[in-house]
Amino acid sequence: MSEDGDFAIRLHGITIQFGGLVAVNGLTMSVARRGITGLIGPNGAGKTSVFNVITGFYRPNGGYVEFRRRDGSVGSITGLPPHKVCHAGLARTFQNIRLFGNETAIQNVMIGSHVRQKGRWWMNIVPFTFPGAAREEEEIRENAMRLLERLGLGGYAYAPASSLPYGAQRRLEIARALATKPEFLLLDEPAAGMNPQESAELLNFIRSLRDEYDLSILLIEHDMKVVMGVCEHIWVLDQGQLIADGKPEEIKRNHKVIEAYLGKEAANA
Amino acid sequence: MDANMFMQHFINALGLGSLYGLIAIGYTMVYGILRLINFAHGDIFMLGAYFVFFATVQYKLPWALGAFIAVSGTIVCGLLVDRVAYRPLRGAPRISALISAIGVSFFIENLAVVVFSGMPRPVVQPPLLMEAFSLGGIRLVPLAIMVPAISFIIVAALLWMIYRTKSGLAMRSISFDIETTRLMGVSVDRIIAMAFAIGSGLAAIAGIMWALRYPRVEPFMGIMPGFKAFIAAVFGGIGSVPGAMLGGLSLGFVEIMSVAFFPRLSGYRDAFAFLLLVVILLVKPTGLMGEKLEDKI
Amino acid sequence: MIAPVNAGHARRNNILTLCAGAAIALLLWQAPGYIDAYKIRIINLIAINAILGLSLNLIYGMGGMFSLGHAGFMAIGAYVSAILIITPDQKQIMWILDPIAPWVRDMRAPFLASLLAAGIVSAIFGCLVSIPVLRLGGDYLGIATLGFSEIIRILITNLTPITNGPLGLKGIPPHASLLMSYGCLAVMLLCMTRLMRSNFGNVIRAVRDDEVAAKTMGIDTLKTRVLVFTLGCFGGGVGGALMGNLITTIDPKMFMITQTYSLLMIVVVGGLGSITGSVVGAVLVTTMLEWLRFVENPITIGSLNIPGIPGMRMVIFSVLLIAVIIFRREGIMGMREFSWGWLLRDGKRGGTQ
Repeated sequence: MSEDGDFAIRLHGITIQFGGLVAVNGLTMSVARRGITGLIGPNGAGKTSVFNVITGFYRPNGGYVEFRRRDGSVGSITGLPPHKVCHAGLARTFQNIRLFGNETAIQNVMIGSHVRQKGRWWMNIVPFTFPGAAREEEEIRENAMRLLERLGLGGYAYAPASSLPYGAQRRLEIARALATKPEFLLLDEPAAGMNPQESAELLNFIRSLRDEYDLSILLIEHDMKVVMGVCEHIWVLDQGQLIADGKPEEIKRNHKVIEAYLGKEAANA
Repeated sequence: MDANMFMQHFINALGLGSLYGLIAIGYTMVYGILRLINFAHGDIFMLGAYFVFFATVQYKLPWALGAFIAVSGTIVCGLLVDRVAYRPLRGAPRISALISAIGVSFFIENLAVVVFSGMPRPVVQPPLLMEAFSLGGIRLVPLAIMVPAISFIIVAALLWMIYRTKSGLAMRSISFDIETTRLMGVSVDRIIAMAFAIGSGLAAIAGIMWALRYPRVEPFMGIMPGFKAFIAAVFGGIGSVPGAMLGGLSLGFVEIMSVAFFPRLSGYRDAFAFLLLVVILLVKPTGLMGEKLEDKI
Repeated sequence: MIAPVNAGHARRNNILTLCAGAAIALLLWQAPGYIDAYKIRIINLIAINAILGLSLNLIYGMGGMFSLGHAGFMAIGAYVSAILIITPDQKQIMWILDPIAPWVRDMRAPFLASLLAAGIVSAIFGCLVSIPVLRLGGDYLGIATLGFSEIIRILITNLTPITNGPLGLKGIPPHASLLMSYGCLAVMLLCMTRLMRSNFGNVIRAVRDDEVAAKTMGIDTLKTRVLVFTLGCFGGGVGGALMGNLITTIDPKMFMITQTYSLLMIVVVGGLGSITGSVVGAVLVTTMLEWLRFVENPITIGSLNIPGIPGMRMVIFSVLLIAVIIFRREGIMGMREFSWGWLLRDGKRGGTQ
């Protein structure tokens, strides 16, 4: 078990049911602060459901989620609607990229900044300018440009998001998530669809993000090279149950994990 | 209100409700398959009424033949609407098809003004259907019994068709998943056309009976019954044929009874239906007999 | 969104906009001396339809909420404004069916205040209606808003002490002069352009394009929708009030679903989500509807007499609507906007997108 003393997110007995089907059963796990933690498991293990519970899209049938902020305060985020979860400091990406395709890359990032924007909506409707609000808008634009450049997307700033190459879209989704100024980042299969070289770069990229933005990161990933290369701690789900957790080397050797992925014969071989 | 008066209203509501139900089936079948609110359906109903008016009043054909011609003519119109205005938009966003449907509705109404003139025309009721007789103290005309009776027979036949024949199976399967059904080798466009044909046919029958009940026709007569029938379809759970009939009957009763018991509210009669719609959409958007659809994240 | 313009171009664009505005204002000011009253009225109607089209476009094109209830909100605006500017004596005489409610009789306000009140009352109704119905998506929303619009119309028809019922209101002072209508349009264009260029504009489009992703970005999507819907209803109310002032009589039949259809046509033809598009759409649809009147009037070509065909105008109109949606769904402008950079060919491909 990881040290509960320094967690960022802690799940207590989370259960999710769809009709009669139990997707996740009494899951208790915690994610270390400033750690890079992996959540793995075969298809249908319930990984994305866990993400959806943490980010407020599903209300769990049982259990609760605790979130500890940088300042040390701990609060339950169970049942908060998604936008409030984001406000609390959690941001996520999606398995099947969900960018605002019609908007330009920089607009996508600016939308992320809205949650921290102080100027009110009506300040931009009245036919005269509020100097403070105008300055803030300018700052948001500059900040968005900085984020894009940091993620190597500077050249795409004014291109519609849907026109970007696949890898760039994945990075743009991360840039957009970072614009919400999160403390905790959830990445749903960040390496999906990337070639080996791209995913190797991704490893370094995720680490540097953590250091630069002081983040705790939880990621779902199928690419074992990525998981083993970047995660400091790994949790393994199978059919909604937690079957193992530990450091990458421990997981690699874990009997149950091998069984879940490859079947009983392989595990016994 | 005494028992006789109540029975009178009851029969009245049954008649109106079953007409709403018949029109509602057309909405529900098309929506179930295409997820399209066929705005023009009320106007198809109007065409049915006009066709029977021309056949019987203008050209003095016998009623049975006139009704047959009217139903066939209306089915052709329904199929034309699908072919011209909806089929080109099968892959388009749903709202585009809806706007096209609004355009078609507008087109049929105004074409009716051009071709039939905007003036209401009186329909001559066959005397046989209007000979009043007494049943347990209630004075009735055969028409009042005929309308719900025909409606129920038709619905029973339709249900048999949907649940017991191959075409019915294809129809139910399309409403479940159009792409997979196509892969199964079903001619989707043919089945969709069939749904439009059945819906238009039922609307025509409703239009004929409506013209008999309220003996006149005019180009905009389909708008209100159309809206109300759609509301009935939503109320019963859109996509469900028995639900549409049930919704139609409920709406008929709400309308007739609220005016019967509170005559002062008669000016608001049309508002009840819309109020009912808003309430049902808020309380149970899937309607009485509808199924739940979930969004996937 | 418009790529950043350099400072020199920005100043030039502002000057150009001001000059164009001044030129249009001068033309409108002088127009009544040169053009007959009928044409003036159509030019005026273009501005009002543009205001209405813009407000519907805000709800549908930008906010992605398919509303068929605009006629109802127009009706509210038109009645509020008319009741406020007609004198109590006139009102006393006009109410025949039922005696007028005293508080309605004694209400008075100057024209501009009545416009504002029209917008605000309409917005309040819009807000109250939208909170429950915006939980519905897509076509259901359209039907529910259509239902509300019909309920509003039925209420107006029946609440005789307040609205004079089916008889409507006559003799509304004609305050909607050319300059007034175009002034309102200019203010609306300015406000809407500012809104859609701001980050909140990005948020509105984000909610339209992907609700799930928008929620993840910390956006309260329901609140955003309610807000946009309410703003759109404000515009609808103001537009309705101007319409009443232009025509000088209003009655419940004016605000049937047909009214919403022509606004929908303006928005769809112009391009969903384009401010420029709604203005272009208003010009085209308004002039076309007027021009099409000729098919309903008897025409004499030489010795040939063609009798007028009542209803033909709307037949052609609806065929055009269907044709646009089938063959050019994105309308004339798509989602693009007019910009000086595009007109003057700044850079390679202009400033749009």
